[in-house]
This record gives sequence, structure tokens and C-alpha cells, in this order.
Amino acid sequence: MTAPTLSIRNLHKSFADNQVLKGIDLEAHQGDVISILGASGSGKSTLLRCVNLLETPTSGDILVNGELIKMKMDKKRGAIPASIKQVERIRSRLAMVFQSFNLWSHLSVIENVIEAPVHVLGVPKKEAIVKAEALLQRVGLYERKDYYPGQLSGGQQQRVAIARALAVEPEVMLFDEPTSALDPELVGEVLTVMRDLAEEGRTMLVVTHEMAFARDVSNKVLFLHQGLVEEQGKPEDIFQNPTSERFKQFISTVY
Amino acid sequence: MFSLYGYQDIFLEGAWLTLQVALLSLVLAVFLGLIAALAKLSHSIILTSIATLYTTIIRGIPDLILMLIIFFGGQVLINDTSYNLNEWFNEVVTGYYPDHEWTAYLPDYIDISPYIAGIVTIGFIFGAYMAETFRGAILSVDKGQLEAATAYGMNKYKRFSRVMFPQMMRHALPGLGNNWLVLLKTTALVSIIGLQDMVKIAGDASGSTQKPFTFYLVVALIFLFYTAVSTTVLKWAERKYSIQTR
Repeated sequence: MTAPTLSIRNLHKSFADNQVLKGIDLEAHQGDVISILGASGSGKSTLLRCVNLLETPTSGDILVNGELIKMKMDKKRGAIPASIKQVERIRSRLAMVFQSFNLWSHLSVIENVIEAPVHVLGVPKKEAIVKAEALLQRVGLYERKDYYPGQLSGGQQQRVAIARALAVEPEVMLFDEPTSALDPELVGEVLTVMRDLAEEGRTMLVVTHEMAFARDVSNKVLFLHQGLVEEQGKPEDIFQNPTSERFKQFISTVY
Repeated sequence: MFSLYGYQDIFLEGAWLTLQVALLSLVLAVFLGLIAALAKLSHSIILTSIATLYTTIIRGIPDLILMLIIFFGGQVLINDTSYNLNEWFNEVVTGYYPDHEWTAYLPDYIDISPYIAGIVTIGFIFGAYMAETFRGAILSVDKGQLEAATAYGMNKYKRFSRVMFPQMMRHALPGLGNNWLVLLKTTALVSIIGLQDMVKIAGDASGSTQKPFTFYLVVALIFLFYTAVSTTVLKWAERKYSIQTR
């Protein structure tokens, strides 16, 4: 039996006195598409940002392909990564897609896509360009490869951001509310690309408000409430027969 | 070529020297400014205090006075230090070898070249102004840009060189350009510490030819030429770097 692609054990995160995550367990195997739902303030984005250590967990373990991210205690700052090198290496294997895209605004579309492969992973530039062009082709933006992010619509920027994520051949793709900053008519184009990735067997963790995506595309749904997993399971089960009152309420208000 | 009562060649050399001093000072100022800006934004109280002290003192004292202090004061400081170190070395050595004769281990008198002194002083002064420009520029870079760099595994040097630096320069360019123009004109002060720049030559030449208006007018025109070219280049650079946002 192979190790899960990602496993999170008893994860806690506090900001000063505010406990945001109170012990989260999560396991993602190759090809899993896990939707993380929850009201704002439930800790779902924090959970995602802990996975690649954009936020440092207060306690708990994170393993990527069976490799534990080592932490140590610092007198002033509490838990910190024991080896920033290890964290940087693991981060380069996880790709994040942000709510506000965060494409590098001084780089063109193609430059954005080859940046991490060339400057972090050390892929030869020519090779990276060939691959980036294929990825842009795939998200339907090959014609815009020499544009700058500021010249694209939100939906186009997010599709470029997805191409940028794919370019590092990530073990796990982390989506942090990828459609929340988009105008309603642009949400569809991004979801279509994501649906495609799910079908292709990518391992994805998706923080989202898109119920249809959670229900139809993901094979597992996690509902967070006040820093704890309130309900989880296969979407067909929990959407049909929610056991938690809160989740029932949540789906009735969002629908 | 034009003739300036026989001073044209030495005058051109002076003009070239002025440009050299300005450009080398600029390099030093940008370097110091970046370091001071990063120090100001660091979490270390010591670094922040040193940087704040530096910018406060430099920006609060006239350039002319600073130049005189650094050039003449620096001269005295270096010579005194050298003298005292010599005395101390000799004392120590005599302690071990009582019949040792007094030796000058370090030169008794070190002459600071006005060229180096001018560059160091101007670089030092403008580093403080650059620090403020860069600090503002760094703060205006969107946090998400760096977060993406972090998320894709860049180390802190890559984050700075690949994302922070190119993005902050866009915000820094107008202020940087302004500082450069003032810096260029401040080089006129190096003439007072004896550097043969075009201002000094104009002073000497007008003294012997009794034509101050002619010589200072030429100096003014050369400065105007330098600043006009700079402004054009800056406009071009600002346009080049702003296209990317839209």
C-alpha cells in the first residue's frame, strides 16, 4: 500500500488567542478531488494555506508523499519549520491557485508559466517554453501568451494561473476559492478547466463556495465549522443525507 | 570644436569627471538605499534603528556641511586612527622585544583622494534619500505577488530578485529619477574639496581670463544637457515599465 499523497494529522492553528483550526485530519490519495466547504471564518482557507506552510501550523503533522514536514520550537515564535530548504522543496511540488490569481504582473503570460519550472526546478528554458505553450493551448490562452496579466480578464488570468500551477507537475493542486473573485459570467470557464483536471486524475484540494462543483466533481467533501470537521464523506452521501444540522443549514442557505 | 580661451579640452575632461562622479555616486546611493530600506522594514530593532539614524541625520544636515565634515573630518579621523594604531602596535611589540625600534606599521599620513571622497560623500547622502524612495516602493508591492513566489518554492533571494526587485523598481522609478537629478547637480559641490570637475575648472578659468559669465554659462549648459538626457531616458523607462500593468 502506497503512502497517501497528502496527509494532515491533528492540525491546529491559532493567531494570537484566536484558535482557527482545532485539530483537523485529512488524507488525500492520488487522484482525489476534495472540496472543502464552510462559512467564512470556518478556517477553510487557513487549512489550505497550512498545507504549503504559507501559514505555519501551531501543531500537528503534514506529510507529502509520506515525507513529514519537520518542525521545531522557537522560543519567540512557537513552532517553525526545522528546515526551510525542505519546506521550499515541498512547496515546489504543491501548486497553489489563489483567489486573486496573483499572477506576477511584471511578467508576460508565458513568462509566468515558465517562471517556477525554470527558476525553481531548474528545467531548461526551451523545454519549459514548449511545455508552457502546450498548457496554455489547453486552457485556451495560447493566443494571449505574450500579453501581461493586467491585459486579461479575471477568468483568463485564473486560467493562466492554473497553467502556471500545472507547469510544475504538482503532486497536489491547492485551489483557494478560485472563482470567488470572478464575475459570475466568468466562473464557468474556470470551472470547466478544473473539471477537466479532475477527470484527468489530478489530486486536488479545493476550497470553494461552488456547491455544484463540490457535488458533481469532487469525490470527497469536507465541511468545516469553527475550526473542526463537522461533516465529511462522499458528496452523493452527505448532500443527500447530511447528519449535521449545521451542514443542512449551510447547503440550504447556499442553494 | 568650440574654443574656450584654450580651456576646451580640460573643460571636457571636467565634464566627463562630473558625469563619472555622478554615476558612481548613484551606484553607491542605490546600493546603500536598498540596504537601508530593507533594514528599515526588517523585524530587527537594531537594524531599524541604525537605518533610521542614518536617514534622519543625513537628511537633516545640508549637503555642503556633510561634504566638508566627511572630507576634512574623515581625513583627520583616518590619520588619527592610523597614528594611534601605530603607537599601540609599537607599544605591544616593545613589550615583547624591549630593544625594538619605533616603526611606522601603517602610513603616518593617508591622503583621501577628492575623487573617492566626493563619490563616497554623495553616495552616502543620496543613499538616505533613496532609502525612503525604496521603502515606499517595497511597501507598494502587492503582498499576493510575493505570496505566489513563496508558494511556488522560491527562496528569499529568488523572491527578492525575481519578484520584489522588478516590481518595486516600477514604483521607485519616479522618485529615483528625481533623486538622480538632484544628485547630478549636487556633484557641483565636489569642486570645493579640490576635485578637478567642470565647476572647479570654470572657477579657475574665469579667474585667469576674467570671463566668469562665459565659463559658468557653459557649465550651466552642460548640466542642462545632462539633466535633459536623463529626463528623456527616465520618461522612456517609466513608460516601458508601466505598460505591463495596462
